[in-house]
Amino acid sequence: MACIEARGLRKTFGTTVALDGVDLRVEEGRILGIIGPNGAGKSTALHAFLGLIHYQGELKVLGRDPWTERDQLMSDVAFIADVAVLPRWIRVSEVLDYLAGVHPRFDRGKAEGFLAKTGIGRASKVRELSKGMVTQLHLALVMAVDARLLVLDEPTLGLDILFRKRFYDSLLNDYFDRRRTIVVTTHQIDEIQDVLTDFVFVDRGRIVLECSMEAFEARYLEVIVNPEHAGAARALRPIHERQLLGRSILLFDGADRRQLAALGDVRTPGIADLFVAVMGREAGEAKGAAA
Amino acid sequence: MSTPSNVPLDSRPPVVAPPNTAATRPMYWSIRRELWENRSITIAPLAVAALVLFGVLISTIGLPRKMRTLPTLDPARQHAVVVTPYCMAPAPIILTTFLVGIFYSLDALYGERRDRSILFWKSLPVSDLTTVLSKASIPLVVLPLIGFTLGLVVQHILLLVSTAVLLGNGVSPARLWAEFRFFQDPLVTFYGLTVHVLWFAPIYGWLLLVSAWARRTPVLWAALPLLGVAIVEKLALNTTHFASLLRYRVEGAIEEAFVVKPQHGSVGIIDQLSQLDPARFLSTPGLWIGLALAAAFLAAAVRLRRHKEPI
Repeated sequence: MACIEARGLRKTFGTTVALDGVDLRVEEGRILGIIGPNGAGKSTALHAFLGLIHYQGELKVLGRDPWTERDQLMSDVAFIADVAVLPRWIRVSEVLDYLAGVHPRFDRGKAEGFLAKTGIGRASKVRELSKGMVTQLHLALVMAVDARLLVLDEPTLGLDILFRKRFYDSLLNDYFDRRRTIVVTTHQIDEIQDVLTDFVFVDRGRIVLECSMEAFEARYLEVIVNPEHAGAARALRPIHERQLLGRSILLFDGADRRQLAALGDVRTPGIADLFVAVMGREAGEAKGAAA
Repeated sequence: MSTPSNVPLDSRPPVVAPPNTAATRPMYWSIRRELWENRSITIAPLAVAALVLFGVLISTIGLPRKMRTLPTLDPARQHAVVVTPYCMAPAPIILTTFLVGIFYSLDALYGERRDRSILFWKSLPVSDLTTVLSKASIPLVVLPLIGFTLGLVVQHILLLVSTAVLLGNGVSPARLWAEFRFFQDPLVTFYGLTVHVLWFAPIYGWLLLVSAWARRTPVLWAALPLLGVAIVEKLALNTTHFASLLRYRVEGAIEEAFVVKPQHGSVGIIDQLSQLDPARFLSTPGLWIGLALAAAFLAAAVRLRRHKEPI
């Protein structure tokens, strides 16, 4: 069953088109990364999935219409909108009490278990915690909710690399069980490459590329060639080329691995490299269309 | 209090809460949430209660002399002289709860958008209706109850302390206790409080609506449009219907719910049960129009909370 199913999803703010006809299907048990430049429509898409904004087009999340059935949907969905939304005045013990009181699927013991591994005291107020601790607290709260869909919108923005690493580690080890679905947006693409099962590139309200990690690894190859092989490599029509320390790094879509191996070191590219390649092409096309 | 993380979850004592959330639980916890966030709901009335206690207690120094000279006064005034400090004690406390309610309502649906915490609250299975009703219940139910209870407690503390002072000075407290009406006065207070809360409901509804709508300075948005209408009416038509409507909303409950006998010229004192007139109050169109307005304002606030984004 599809966890999220969108067809022709559109959202405009005044004259700005935030979502321009998005078609997307996310199966249950997947971890989808939504990747795109600032203002691409990532957060708008997430807000539509969560029933926070009105939209045009068809959208079903866990079989429900998020706009009209938001209240019921929220029992099965958890989300972290960004790092700074936990109310600053609340005490850790209070937020635990409150969630235990209002959320039918919140397991307080589980949350306390996660918190015990951190240095966060029950009597602390959120305003007294560091940014990293607030994120840990929020993650402990959402991981203690037995949700079918977890939505994370830039959950690690502004955190240092140790916190970010720990965040995704505990998400994978303590939470993800292949039944739940996770949708995440972030700018730190490389760090979540190993976490994702699927990703989409979004630009100007449209999905530019949709790919599973299996397909990504099978389809895209990167080869590092010395200058003497550069010409031969370019003849194979790479989708992107960049220079590094006098050598060329070329990115290929659907090329023959053996053929490339003769030219230099072949490896699986990072999603970030593909992102740069695809977005560069997009920008070029947009410029061409404008001219 | 820390739970070791290696304790199996099953060994925890059974959770009191039923697995399915009853309809009233989100409401109950949302109201508690408001009390956690807005400590002034309890602290401000408590502080004023302490001040009232302090002031009246100092005045008990003169109490024995007052009680001794009482028989020399005009008999008609004796009752008022004895009970006035005790009757007036709850008034500043209740007034404080009304003021706290006004400032609370202006911030209730604005603050959560300004600090973006609305995105956290909206990630939980609590509907916009429950949230807005829980916030409306603070000025309409919680604060009046706090004011009433505190007023009663302060009155009784004062009575006990006064009794002790009189006994200490060898004056019999019998007269004091005889004038003190343990059942009737709280009833009058409760009635007065209830009619005012019902009468003011559209004011709180309006403030909550503005706080759900304004992108900044809800105080100005709440006050200026009303002032503007009154000014335009005055300039354009040279009438003051709107202004008198506003004044009626502020002062009307006394006129409509009580039979006020003018006493000593200006201020009337309400101390007789016969002065309560619930039948007339309930048949006042202004009450029902106000309640309908309050409901409409709250419904609009629910809708706005659903549509509005964090600021």
